[in-house]
Amino acid sequence: MENLITLAFLVVKILVITHVLLGAVAYTVWLERKLIGRMQNRWGPTRVGPFGLLQPIADGIKFIVKEDLLPPGVNKPLFLLAPLLAVALGLTSLAVIPFGESITIAGHTEALQISGFMRADGSIFDANVGLLIILGVTSIGVYGIALAGWSSNSKYSLLGSLRASAQMISYELALGLSLVGVIIMSGSLSLRQIVDAQGGNILHWNFIGGWQFVAFFVYLIAAFAETNRIPFDLPEAETELVAGYHTEYSAMKFAMFFMAEYANMFTAACVATLLFLGGWHSPFEGISWIPAVPLPPIVGALVPVFWFALKIFFFIFFYIWVRGTLPRFRYDQLMAFGWKVLLPLAIANIIVTSALVAMNLAPIGPK
Amino acid sequence: MADNQLAPYLPILMQLLIAAGIGTGMIVLSAILGQRKYSRMKMQAYECGMTPTGDAQHRFSVKFYLVAMLFILFDVEAIFLIPWAVVYRDLLKIPGAGLFGFWEMMVYIGIVLVGFFYVWKKGVLDWNTPELSEGPNE
Repeated sequence: MENLITLAFLVVKILVITHVLLGAVAYTVWLERKLIGRMQNRWGPTRVGPFGLLQPIADGIKFIVKEDLLPPGVNKPLFLLAPLLAVALGLTSLAVIPFGESITIAGHTEALQISGFMRADGSIFDANVGLLIILGVTSIGVYGIALAGWSSNSKYSLLGSLRASAQMISYELALGLSLVGVIIMSGSLSLRQIVDAQGGNILHWNFIGGWQFVAFFVYLIAAFAETNRIPFDLPEAETELVAGYHTEYSAMKFAMFFMAEYANMFTAACVATLLFLGGWHSPFEGISWIPAVPLPPIVGALVPVFWFALKIFFFIFFYIWVRGTLPRFRYDQLMAFGWKVLLPLAIANIIVTSALVAMNLAPIGPK
Repeated sequence: MADNQLAPYLPILMQLLIAAGIGTGMIVLSAILGQRKYSRMKMQAYECGMTPTGDAQHRFSVKFYLVAMLFILFDVEAIFLIPWAVVYRDLLKIPGAGLFGFWEMMVYIGIVLVGFFYVWKKGVLDWNTPELSEGPNE
């Protein structure tokens, strides 16, 4: 019986968090169109609702009722599987991401993480290889794009998906290696323990206190390439490949690739926040001269979530800002940059970090 | 449930199933609600208005395979760094071991780097190497 109640709460938690993410994805598209518009001296969406705020809903309805083309030359099972794989895996990595401590509603305490469970003493435990799960799930995401291009039977799709696969696996190396410094600092792969090791104000975060700023920038650049965002959006370079791997997709299947891309942006932003920017910790935490404000418990539990969301929003804004600023790389520049600059930098960061820890110069560490 | 170390993996599986359900729902809904007006021209593969010539699933440049092979090699090497990083602070605390944990990994990284620079000097990382650019799609 007790297990059944836990399961019911789990399903509710998954549904709520997944739909919050889907809503955030829809409104990120709105925000992006609005901000890019303002950066290019346009208005962006303004017609549907105040400030165009209902635009994502109108877009969603339009996507669903549009004609669902299935060109005769395609490999049908793989053509249908590809967007499904992209969306399912894009949403799955959400399961291991913690975004706060715990919240008590009507006497029931629930961890603010899908895969987090409360222990009897009030502490929380989560998947002890959470970081590996995120890396694994995002790597399988390459299959969605590779299959989409291969099954479409269109030259643009094939070229786009080949480029995407080569780019994503190349930058995944630098991305994976840039995380090793953080793992050394915290001595764990559990995302919750990695955040706990950074507990305290802004000087305790891995970005500054853990001396991981090189790793942070390597991760950030690699994350742009992993999510196929400008300046690394060669897989869908519209001036040469029409739309890359999703040229032949229409209606909701087309939208699903977009949802997967934005969900992956959120995952990358979450990982950057958790690993380098102290997760849900406030930058002013533990500073004695700032007076503590008494808050009702439910608000107190949501303050960390606010800080987490603020940091995510910073990354999402940064993604859009870069899109409004930078031109696209050339493909040989892209591959050379990943292999010859980012990968050696990531390895150098591991050597320097481990040397610092060996010399006892690292200021932060596991509690 | 709360004491089982494997318990956190159940929600991940459930999340995958629910996410796949949401995705399937979208495909099905779009297939049911979408209108269909077929025409021969519309069903052609998109090639900017030209009639498509031949199949699209033909050979492509060997360099994509090289990148895939290099990725597997370096990723396998990189994955050994992760368990070492987890226990690194404990390795340093072993009495009498000194910096053994540090130097062992430096030797390993050194070997990986020798391979990396060999690949670099061979020109595999240069996308424009002429001798590798003779694929049919260039």
